Order: sequence, then C-alpha cells, then structure tokens
Amino acid sequence: MRGSCRPNNPRDRTVCMTNCPTLIVTVGLPARGKTYISKKLTRYLNWIGVPTKEFNVGDYRRECLKIYKSFEFFRPDNEEGVKIRRQCAMSALNDVRQYLSVEGGQVAVFDATNTTRDRRGTIMKFAEQNGFKVFFVESVCEDPEVIAQNIVQVKLGNPDYMNCSSEEAIEDFMERIKCYETSYQPLDEDLDSDVSYIKIMDVGRRYLVNRVVDHIQSRIVYYLMNIHITPRSIYLCRHGESDLNIKGRIGGDSGLSSRGKEFAKHLRSFLEEQKIKDLKIWTSQMKRTIQTAECLGVPYEQWKSLNEIDAGVCEEMMYEEIQEHFPLEFALRDQDKYRYRYPKGESYEDLVQRLEPVIMELERQENVLVICHQAVMRCLLAYFLDKTSHELPYLKCPLHTVLKLTPVAYGCKVESVYLGVESVNTHRDRPENVNVQRSTEDALQTVPAHL
Amino acid sequence: MAAIHKKPCTASKSSTESKRTDLKSNEKKGSWAYYMTNSPLLIVMIGLPARGKTYMSKKLTRYLNWIGVPTKVFNLGAYRREAVQSYKSYDFFRHDNEEAMKIRKQCALVALQDVKTYLSEEGGQIAVFDATNTTRERRTLIVNFAQENSFKVFFVESVCDDPEVIAENIMEVKVSSPDYPERDRESVMEDFLKRIECYKVTYQPLDPDKHDMNLSFIKVINVGRRFLVNKVQDSIQSKIVYYLMNIHVHSHSIYLCRHGESLHNLEGRLGGDSGLSERGKKFAVELKAFVKEHNLFDLKVWTSQLKRTIQTAEELGVPYEQWKILNEIDAGMCEEMTYAMIEEKYPEEFAMRDQDKYHYRYPGGESYQDLVQRLEPVIMELERQGNVLVICHQAVMRCLLAYFLDKGADDLPYMKCPLHTVLKLTPVAYGCKVEMFDLKVEAVNTHRDRPLIKVKTPPPMFRRNSFDPLSTKDQIKRPRMYSMGNFSPPPTLPPPAFASTRISEGIESVQREVSVQ
Repeated sequence: MRGSCRPNNPRDRTVCMTNCPTLIVTVGLPARGKTYISKKLTRYLNWIGVPTKEFNVGDYRRECLKIYKSFEFFRPDNEEGVKIRRQCAMSALNDVRQYLSVEGGQVAVFDATNTTRDRRGTIMKFAEQNGFKVFFVESVCEDPEVIAQNIVQVKLGNPDYMNCSSEEAIEDFMERIKCYETSYQPLDEDLDSDVSYIKIMDVGRRYLVNRVVDHIQSRIVYYLMNIHITPRSIYLCRHGESDLNIKGRIGGDSGLSSRGKEFAKHLRSFLEEQKIKDLKIWTSQMKRTIQTAECLGVPYEQWKSLNEIDAGVCEEMMYEEIQEHFPLEFALRDQDKYRYRYPKGESYEDLVQRLEPVIMELERQENVLVICHQAVMRCLLAYFLDKTSHELPYLKCPLHTVLKLTPVAYGCKVESVYLGVESVNTHRDRPENVNVQRSTEDALQTVPAHL
Repeated sequence: MAAIHKKPCTASKSSTESKRTDLKSNEKKGSWAYYMTNSPLLIVMIGLPARGKTYMSKKLTRYLNWIGVPTKVFNLGAYRREAVQSYKSYDFFRHDNEEAMKIRKQCALVALQDVKTYLSEEGGQIAVFDATNTTRERRTLIVNFAQENSFKVFFVESVCDDPEVIAENIMEVKVSSPDYPERDRESVMEDFLKRIECYKVTYQPLDPDKHDMNLSFIKVINVGRRFLVNKVQDSIQSKIVYYLMNIHVHSHSIYLCRHGESLHNLEGRLGGDSGLSERGKKFAVELKAFVKEHNLFDLKVWTSQLKRTIQTAEELGVPYEQWKILNEIDAGMCEEMTYAMIEEKYPEEFAMRDQDKYHYRYPGGESYQDLVQRLEPVIMELERQGNVLVICHQAVMRCLLAYFLDKGADDLPYMKCPLHTVLKLTPVAYGCKVEMFDLKVEAVNTHRDRPLIKVKTPPPMFRRNSFDPLSTKDQIKRPRMYSMGNFSPPPTLPPPAFASTRISEGIESVQREVSVQ
C-alpha cells in the first residue's frame, strides 16, 4: 500500500484513500452483530492506516439515561424514550462531524440500529451537508441459534443488565428486539437503489453489494466478506532459539540451537495434547522457523511475508556493535521504534504493510499456528489485541512460548503457554535515555544478556 | 505470498523433507495456487449475449494468470464457429431449431472435455467456461460434470437491463466478430438483438432464494452497479469476487512513464536514489506540457518514494501520491554499480542474471518475481481508478506493462521502456491499445537486450518463490477441428467414478444422429 517515508511531513504520513471522509452506518435489529462488525472494521481500517473511529449510540444512551430499567424504554409508543433516543443519535452525529471535519479522521462508524428509512434519511442529509460519503452495512439474520449465542456472549455482560439474572436479561432483550421489529424497513433493492451499501445475510452466507463507489468501500466489502464468527483459535509462537539468538545477534538466517530443537519437540507434544481440529501451520521462509515446523511432522506452508524484519546494515550485529558503529541510528530507533527504518532495511511500519495479506488470510481461516519471528509476532499480536503503534514494538514475545488467541465477544482472549525449555531473552526495553548524545552505558542499559 | 515450494535447506534433509519436496515438484506449477485452493476450480459464466461475459472472462483470466494461478478460458462460441463454418443468421439460435440445439450441446460437451483435460492433466488450476449457460438444465449438466471430476464450481452471472450498455457492447465487440464478416452495422445490430431474444425465451437466472441457494456464485448486476454474492467457499473465490468488484467498463487511460533521466543514469549506475540530471529536469517540464495538452481531466499522479520520480512529479504542479511499492527493484549488493563493475566484481552473479532474468534475485536485493508480487495492490488500484499517470522506474514499468499487455514472465524483463517516453494504455474491446509518446528530450539508453546465446537451464534462482505471471495468449487452446458431417470420434472417456453416464450418452446419441444423415 502507500507508505509514509521518513520525513516528518504529515501529508506523507496519513494514507489518503478517499477524497472526502466516509461515514459507515450500520443497520439491523439488535443482536445482529452490528457492534462486532463495527469494532472489527474500525480495527482493520486503523491497522491499514486509515484513521477510523466508532460511535456507538447505545453508549450515548447509557450516558444520558443513567439507569436502564427495562425494554419498555424501547417501545415505539414511549414518547419520552423516542425523544431521548433521537437526541442521543444527534449528539453522536455531532461528534462524528467533529471527528471527521475537525480532528482529521477519515472514517467514522456510526453504530446503531438505524432500522427506519426515516432515520437513515436524516443521516444521509447530515452527511451531504458536511461533504461525507455514506456507506451502509446491514446485517440480516433470522437464525435463532445465532441470535441466542449473540445475546449470551455480549448482552449478558452489558452494563444494561448488570443487576439481572441471565434468564431475566435474555427475556428482556427478546422483548427489546420485538420493539424494533414492527418498524424495521430493511434496505431495499428498488427503494434504496441509489444508496451505497452491503447487506450481509445469515452471517456471511450471502452478500448483496450495491453501488460501491471508491477504493475504501471496496476494501471494506472485501474485508467484511472475509471475516466470520466460527469459533477457532490462532496460535502464535516464535521459532525455537537460534544460534544467532544465543550470540545476541539480530536478524540473519541461522539454524536452531540444541535448545531450539528441544522446543520444537515440546511444541509437537503440545499440539498433540491440544487435539486441535484441522490445524493449519504457517512459517516464514527462514531456516529457523522451517526447522521448527519440520519437527512437527505435519504439512506446513511457507510465507515470505512472515520473514523477520530486515535490519539492513545492522543484520547479524549485536546491539553493542550497533552502538559502536551506528550510535546515531541506535538512538533514533529508540526515539521512534515504530517508524524507524534500518538503513537499507525495514521499519515496523513497513512490516505492518507487508503483513496485511497474512492478516486477511488469518481472518478467513479457522485454527492456525503461525511460527514466526519477534517483530512479526509483535505486529500480529498488536492487530488482534488492538494495541497502538507505541505499544507494538515493545510487546513481549519471548522464545519458547505459545500464545493462544481466541476471539470472544468484542475482543480476543489470550492464553500464554510456556513450553518449559530454557532460552535467552531477546526483549530489549526502551532505555531511559534516548538522546543522541547519550553515553554508551545509557544506550546499552536494557540490552538482554547473551554469550 | 504463501509458497509450498521450499528452498533447498542447507540443514540436513530429513526423509520427510525430501518426500515433501518431491510431492511438491509433482504438484501443479503454480504452487501458490495450490495453497489457495486444493481442488481445481471451474468458473462458469452465465448471461444473455452482450452482457460482458467474455470481457469478464478475459480480464479475470489475465488477472489470475498474473498472480500465478494457471487459468484458461474456454469460449463456447469459438467451438461453435469451428463446428459450423459459416454463420448464416440468428435462426441458428432459435430454441426450436432442433438440429442446431444438438450441435450446440455437442460443442458444450467437447468444451467440457477440454476443460477436464486442462484441469486434470495439463496442470491447469482454473478453467473459465465462457458461454451463456442460461438454462438450469445446462447448469446442472456442468455441476454434475464438475462433481464427477472433483472440481469446485463458481458461477459468475452478468445481468443487465440497461439498453444503452447492451447496444454499446454490441457495437464494440459483436460488429467485429467473425460471425459478421461483411455485414453493415445496422443489420448486425438487428440480427444480434434477435439472437438475444432467442435466449430470453428460455433464460432462467440464478435464484439465490430457492433453487440455487447452495451454489457458489456472484451475480453482477448492471455492469457492477450491484453484486449479489452467495456462499464464497475459499480464498481464491473471495479474491475473484474482490477483483470483479474492482474492474469497470467505462473508458479511462493509464499513462506510464519513467522518472526523468537521473544522475546515476548518466553514469550508467543501477538503482540508488539520485536526483534528476539537467535533461531529466527538462523532461519534467515537457511532461507538464504533455499533461496540459492532453486535457487530462481529473488525472491522478502516482510516484515512488525515490527522489527522481518525486522531482519529476513536483514539476507538474499538481497533487501526487507516493507509493513505496512503486520503488525500483532493489539491486542489493549491486546497488549503485555499473554493469561493467558488476561483471568485474561478481561475474557469476552477472552470468546467472542473464540466464534467468525473471527469477534472478540480486544478493541482498530483489528479483522481478518479487517485484510482481509487491505490485499487486497497485494493479488492483489501477483497475479501479480513472485516469492515472504513474511515474516510476524501468523494472517497475516493465511489470505494469506486462500485466496490461498480457505478457508472461519470459518477455517481461526485456520489454522496452525508454526514458522520456510516455506510454498511454487504453482498454479496448478485449485488450489494451498502446500509444507511445516520445517527449523529444534526449536521454541515455538504459535497456539491456536479452543475450543471444540463451542457455535453457531450469531457473537457477527458483528459491523463495511466490509465483510466475503467465500470459493468457499461450493458453488459449485452438478448439478441435471438425465441421458438419465430419465429426471426429468421441474422445475415449475413462469409466466415470460416479454413476453418471450423461456425457457419454450425449455424445453417442448425437453421433448416431449424424451418421443417419
């Protein structure tokens, strides 16, 4: 994709995918996955460099109406309820305007039911007045099992139902859905033929896409068509300890140390124990991940895009050597580790771009084990755990540890499994002194121990 | 992207590893494709005549071959033209013309046999069956055929009721079709419209709600105004859908040129990040005049992130976007050297590059193969956009040109992309028109021809592969030669795995009919 170069020109930084800001509007009855879609979409767009923010009208309503009593609030004949809900929507739209027009956001996701043509008309007028494009994402689902599963997973933990039992909550929520059903006007092929939208039916079994007008909308559609809610887990781990790891050198393409080989064996036992259904295994094209996978005795696939970050002129050096030969570079890296690009090498920012197809494929797949490298693993982790670019380069990804990510509700559960084989520590924290004039001692303050 | 091919590991080769490598070498060539889809895929077009089926088939095939998935189009019209040497009129297509119906069905069966040969024996991964396929009966036949052979099926239906679009379509493509060699436009239009009417009578569109709800398909409505996507099964189908949603039919042009001559160019040095020479700056000025002269309205300008393209764009005085992936091929250790220096310092590398310029990767750098992979998003974006001017570099421009002009990996590294010349690509009918504009500013020649003595050895640098762009042209098979009254014997069919003898029955019954004549 477009990348930003090192100069600090802000114009070069932001990715301009669209001429004017886009307002994504969700449409659908409660418990149809609108918030799930909003959050995932927001995460993905931010990840590919498009400043995006979601605005959940339910949150506004909770601010306004401190205590939720019951579904009666949502009855269409509850005048006061209707008034408050309308106010909340307006308030949210105002914040949207603030974000897109003033704060430099590019996409805003307006997460609400928006089930009536009237409400959607209001939003479209608002967008027109402010020069925003509108794209609707409607989720239609009549499968009672899916809806029930949804309610259990997300609604029960919702602040609205803090003080109820599960049965009470479910009952109330079903009544709430009924309140919307009578006035629901789904997007219509004929009546809404001029509107840009995607209609997702039965959790992705079928899609109707109308009038996609630009690149960002086509990316959104492509992304939405690739995500699913089938339960599965993603396993992330690094290669076993390598010979260069032991020497404290970065990069290169060395083989496994004896402890690394030990780890591969333990990994094999771990997988056998876990009895994972239809597990796919991915590695990079570097020796150390391939050797790790070889020990597993099952088919695996190699991805060039999973290769470790290219450290350019610093490949195969120890941190001490980098400090000796390139003290300025070393300091600049500590100042902005995410954007810093090794001379003739890559930055974390470049890595993120290169990993986009991997992430898209991870979204499509079910159970996958990715055997990769420290910087790469940090990026993948940051995507799934919604970490910022500040946190990303300092995420802890120790050797010989498997992280199991299981999507749950609106996020991801993480379980860390240390496979009991000793290894060196390759994690280097940000030192206190990042000044280019700093002493060698200050620079090497956080370098982990090695041979 | 993903690759099953493994580079020969210098680590000890375990038996499983060598077994796996053997397995892979027996596998289909496009190993990346293997990862994307395990079984071959049959894409089946559906739609009345003049709905853009062949256009989509060709573009899709081009794109899939480009990303390394061996794909071929099987156009039923071509088979029909072989069987019925001269086309008389639309009467042939009347659904009550029994004789013609038999011939048409026979052609379909023969085409499907060729599909089977391509996918099962010739290493093809995807076959695009380009025909109207408007009846449920025909589609059921195809689905059964696919099932017997363990192919996946994905339908692409084009539905269009905009009479203007249809008329334009007919004018652009049908008028020059072999079916109408000497007719004038009006009578072509008239005959063709009547032909369409013949199909309309029996047209059964895909029904997503009942009859066809378990089929995988995309319905393209009114040239991409709307899409209905049903049951996408895997990555390659999702990529196909994404691609179809990004192409469009309205006219636009892509302008490709290199940066102005650079200081390194003058010295004969590769790569690097030098600025423009005096003549290069002059070119930028001429480019600005060119843009103005051609009234390029709403033109987008893209550059790489290297100085020389940026400086060229700066002169244009219009907003432009920088793409890192448009950067020139990375020559690794050979960066900033001249060819003479490389030959002296790394004679082996120099020779290897000439042997297989496409796959050869500079030590510490990239290969054309890597470049092609990295340029994929640019290509998708170019399909989407309107008028774009891409100011890039020699190797990059060769890749983009190869994509639009349907060249394969063999020709790609030797395409001529001189400095100070703008190439204008305009899509027409089923291809691309190229116009070359020399902006008349002198520059060095940076082109190195293919060496005369080419040793055909297996690609030495076939490591860490992604994929090989294939050219569609090499793949379009000539349909079997036969004409009325001269049928070739039916192809010997292996005993079907499933108890379906419809295909063989079909051929035999037609055979009998003809001999009675």
